[in-house]
Amino acid sequence: MQITVTVNGVTYTHDVEPRLLLVHYLRDVLNLTGTHIGCDTSQCGACTILLNGKAVKSCTVFAVQADGAEITTIEGLARDGQLHPVQEGFWEKHGLQCGYCTPGMIMTAVDFLQRNPNPTEEEIRHAIEGNLCRCTGYQNIVRAIQYAAEKMRSGS
Amino acid sequence: MAVTKLFGAPIKRREDPRLITGRGNFTDHIRLPGTLVMAIKRSPHAHARIVRIDTSKARVMRGVVAVYTGQDLIDKLAPVPCAWLVPDSDLKVPTYRAVAVDKVRYVGDAVAVVVAEDRYVAQDALEAIEVEYEPLPAVVDQEKALEAGAPQLYEEVPNNLAFHWKLHSGDFDAAWKEAEVRLSRRLINHRLIPTAMEPRGALAAYNPGTGELTIWCTSQNPHIHRLLLSAVTGLPETRIRVIATDVGGGFGSKIPMYAGEMIAAALSRDLGRPIKWIETRQENYVATIHGRDHVQYVDIAAQRDGTITGVRVRAYANLGAYLSTAAPGIPTWLFGLMLQGPYAIPVIHCDVFGVLTNTTPTDAYRGAGRPEATYLLERMVDLLARELRMDPVEIRRKNFIPKDRFPYTAPSGLVYDSGDYEATLNRALELVDYDNLRHQQAELRQQGRYIGIGFSTYVEVCGLAPSQAAGAMGFQGGLWESAIVRVHPTGKVTVFTGSNPHGQGEETTFAQLVADELGVPFEDVEVIHGDTEMVPFGMGTYGSRSTAVGGAALVAACRKVKEKAQRIAAHLLEVAPEDVVFENGRFFVKGAPDRGMTIQEVALQAYLAWKLPRDIEPGLEATHFWDPTNNTFPFGCHICVVEVDPETGKVTFLQYVAVDDVGNVINPMIVDGQVHGGIAQGLAQAVYEYAAYDANGQLLSASLMDYAIPKASMLPSFSVDRTVTPTPVNPMGVKGAGETGTIASTPAVVNAVIDALAPFGIEHIDIPLTPERIWRAVLERSR
Ligand code: FES
Ligand code: FES
Repeated sequence: MQITVTVNGVTYTHDVEPRLLLVHYLRDVLNLTGTHIGCDTSQCGACTILLNGKAVKSCTVFAVQADGAEITTIEGLARDGQLHPVQEGFWEKHGLQCGYCTPGMIMTAVDFLQRNPNPTEEEIRHAIEGNLCRCTGYQNIVRAIQYAAEKMRSGS
Repeated sequence: MAVTKLFGAPIKRREDPRLITGRGNFTDHIRLPGTLVMAIKRSPHAHARIVRIDTSKARVMRGVVAVYTGQDLIDKLAPVPCAWLVPDSDLKVPTYRAVAVDKVRYVGDAVAVVVAEDRYVAQDALEAIEVEYEPLPAVVDQEKALEAGAPQLYEEVPNNLAFHWKLHSGDFDAAWKEAEVRLSRRLINHRLIPTAMEPRGALAAYNPGTGELTIWCTSQNPHIHRLLLSAVTGLPETRIRVIATDVGGGFGSKIPMYAGEMIAAALSRDLGRPIKWIETRQENYVATIHGRDHVQYVDIAAQRDGTITGVRVRAYANLGAYLSTAAPGIPTWLFGLMLQGPYAIPVIHCDVFGVLTNTTPTDAYRGAGRPEATYLLERMVDLLARELRMDPVEIRRKNFIPKDRFPYTAPSGLVYDSGDYEATLNRALELVDYDNLRHQQAELRQQGRYIGIGFSTYVEVCGLAPSQAAGAMGFQGGLWESAIVRVHPTGKVTVFTGSNPHGQGEETTFAQLVADELGVPFEDVEVIHGDTEMVPFGMGTYGSRSTAVGGAALVAACRKVKEKAQRIAAHLLEVAPEDVVFENGRFFVKGAPDRGMTIQEVALQAYLAWKLPRDIEPGLEATHFWDPTNNTFPFGCHICVVEVDPETGKVTFLQYVAVDDVGNVINPMIVDGQVHGGIAQGLAQAVYEYAAYDANGQLLSASLMDYAIPKASMLPSFSVDRTVTPTPVNPMGVKGAGETGTIASTPAVVNAVIDALAPFGIEHIDIPLTPERIWRAVLERSR
C-alpha cells in the first residue's frame, strides 16, 4: 500500500506492507533510529513519537494508519541547532543514564507539557507511567521535566 | 591558562548530546547492506526430549535464506562456555549447546534458527517449523531438585548438584554452644529479571574475502566477548572485532557469552552475509540471564548484650538449566565472602549448594551475591534486635567494626580497605530525625496507623580485583584494567579505556580525571571505549569497578606521559628533570616560573622530534595495565520510612534516606544518579519484582506486563547524602558506586515494612512484600 507521511518536516511516499509497524517504518525505511524498541507488548514507551502533535507509541500503530499524518521523532525535536527545553532539561538534570528510554521519555514529556504547563511532581510521575526507565529511578527525569516546564513558562 | 580542578565537579555528561537527540550508536541502529535477519525458535517446554524437527515448510518460504537445527550447528560452534570454574567445590560443567540437540532444559532453550530477508518473514518461518517433543517431568525449585527421585537434567550431574562450596572460618559449633541467644531462620531471596531497556542483540558481519568477523553487540565487556567468540568459532582473536559503543543498560545481563550472539557469528561466517539478531522482550525474559534465587538457612549465635558471635549459612542457589558464564562465582565468592557485613563477627560458616533446575540460567545481576548476603544479614540483625528488645540502631552500633581497626581482616579472608560505619549511621539518623520519628510512630499507632522505620547498614566489595585473587577463585581471567593516553601533536588528548560504560557516564568522569592529571581543558580529552580494534585488551564494566580500576589505569598512564613530557621539557629548557615543576598543564624551571612551556608545546616537540636527545623516543603516549592490590569496600546506611495499610497490605513510602561512602567522588551528579537507580532496583525487589515460575517451569512473568519493574509513580524521591572515607587502594581514593543502592535498599525497605507491622506480632514475611502477602500475614495474626 502506498502511504505519504511528513516526518520532521520532510514528506515521504513509500509502498509498504499493510502489517509493517510504524516504528519499523521509521527505523528501517527512513533510517530514523532515534526511535527505540524496548518491548513487544506496548509497555515500555521507548518508541514514543508525536503523531499529529500527540504522543503515541509507534509500535502500536501500523505505518498505513499514519498515511497523511504529520510525525515528529526525537531527531526532529531540536530546531536550528537549538535543543528543545525538554532535551535541555534531561541534559541539565542528568535525566538519563544509558539513554535507551530517553527519546520516548522526552517525546512523552513534550506532549504532556503542552497539555499541562505547570505540573506537580505527582502529575509528572503519573504522566510518564507509560514510559519505563530501568536506570535512573525516575527522580532526575522528574527534575528534568520540571526544569523544562519552568523554562517553557518563562519563555512564552 | 586558568585550569580549574574538575575532580569533584558535577559536570554535565558529554554522552548526553547524542542520546537526547536520537543519535546514539546502539547495536540495532547499525545498518549494513545485504543484512539478513535471524530469529530463534525456542522451546515452550521446560524439559523435553526433541523427537523430530521438521523445517521443510520454513525452508521453502519466500524470503527464507536458511534454517538450522542444533544438529546443523554442532561442527560450527563449540558449546557456550562457563568462565568461572570455582575450585574445591566438585564443580560440574555440563555441555551447553547454543542450539539444543537432544533435549531442551528450560522454556526458552533454542531449538532452531531461521535466517531471512526481513524480520516479518523470519517470524513467519519460525511458526512454520514443527518440533515434536516428548515432555519430561520438570523441576523448578532448587531444594526439590536435590531430593531423591527428582527429575534429572543431566546424566553427568547426579542429583542436579553442580557444586558444593564451603567457607568455614572459626569454630561455629563452639560459638553456637556458648551462645546466650540462638536464632534460626529460612530466608528466600527470590529470582529477579535484570530487564535492561535495550534488549540484547548482535550484528555479525563476516567477510569471506579477509576472514574477518566484525560483530556489534550489546556487551559490557567486548574483549571478553572477543576471546570467548574466538574460542567457540575457532576464528583467531586477531580476526574478530567486537564493537559495543552505546549499550542500553546491562546490570550484569550483558556480561555473559550467550547463544544468540554466538549463532549470529557462526551463521554470518556460514552464509558470508551480515546477520542481525535482536531479541524480543519476551525472549529477553526467558533467554537472558536471571539473578538471585537463593534459599538460605541461617543460624546466628549471639550474646544477650547483642554481640554476634557467629553466623552459619546453608544456601541453595538456583543456577537454572545451564551454567552461564560467571554463574558459579556469584553465589559463592561474591556471596560467602561478605557474610560478616560491616560487623566484627568472628566466625563464619558457609555452605553453598549450586543446583541445576529447568529454569533460565542465572548469573550476575546488579549486586551479584552481595545483595543476597546483605539482605540475609540485615534481616537477621533486625530479628535479633527484636528478640533482645533492642533498638535496631543500638544492635548495629554494638557490632560495627570500629573505625580504628582498618585495614580490617574479616574472617572470610577479605581485607576491608577503609571505613567509618558509625559516621554514615549517625548522619542518616540526623537526616530522618530519628528520635522524633519514633515518637511519631508511637502516636500514629494509637490512631491505628502503622508506620515503620527500616535500617540497612551495609558494606560491599567492589572494584573486583586483584588478578591473583581472581586466579585463586577460579575466575578465568585477570581483574586488572587497561588504558592508553595519547597526547596528539596539537596537545589534544585521546584516551582509550578497557572499561565499557553503558550508562555510568565514564566518558565524562574519565575526561575529568585526565584533564586534571594533564592540566588540559576538559574539551580536549576524548574518551574511546567499546571497540576491540582500538582499545587494548580490557576487562569491561561490571562489579562497580570501572572508575576504581579503569580510572586508576588512566591516571597511571597519564603519569607516565607526564614523566616523559617532563624529561622533554627539561631537555628543551636546559635543566635537569628534577629541576622542572609541573603545574596546571605547564612545565617550568623550579624558582623561575616564567621559564617554561605548556604540555601542548611539549607535545608538539615530542612529535617534531627535531630537538630530542637520542635516548628519548618521539611521540607522547603511554599504556598502563593497572592491577590493584585489593578490592574496595563502599559502605553506608539507608533508612526507609513507610506506612502500611493493614487492611489492604498497601505500602506507601514516606521517606528514603541514603548515606553512602564511596570514597572520593569525581562527579557527584553522576554518583547520585547511580545511587537513585540502584535504590530503585533494590526497592523493587523488596515490594514489586518477582520472576514467577509455575511448577511445570513456565515463566509466568515473561513480559513487561507481568514482571513489575517500577514505573515513575511507584517510587518515592530519595534523599542522598555521603560521607567520604577515601580508599588507599588507588591513587584517586575512589571506591565504586554502581551497586551500593541495590545492595542496601532491599533490607531497608523490608525492615521498614516489618517494623510497621510489629504491633501485629509479625516478625518476617518473605519477599517480595506484595499487598497480598502483607494482607495475608496480618489476617493470620489477627485470627
Ligand atoms: S516498543 Fe515498547 S511500547 Fe513500543
Ligand atoms: S536511562 Fe537507561 S533506561 Fe532510562
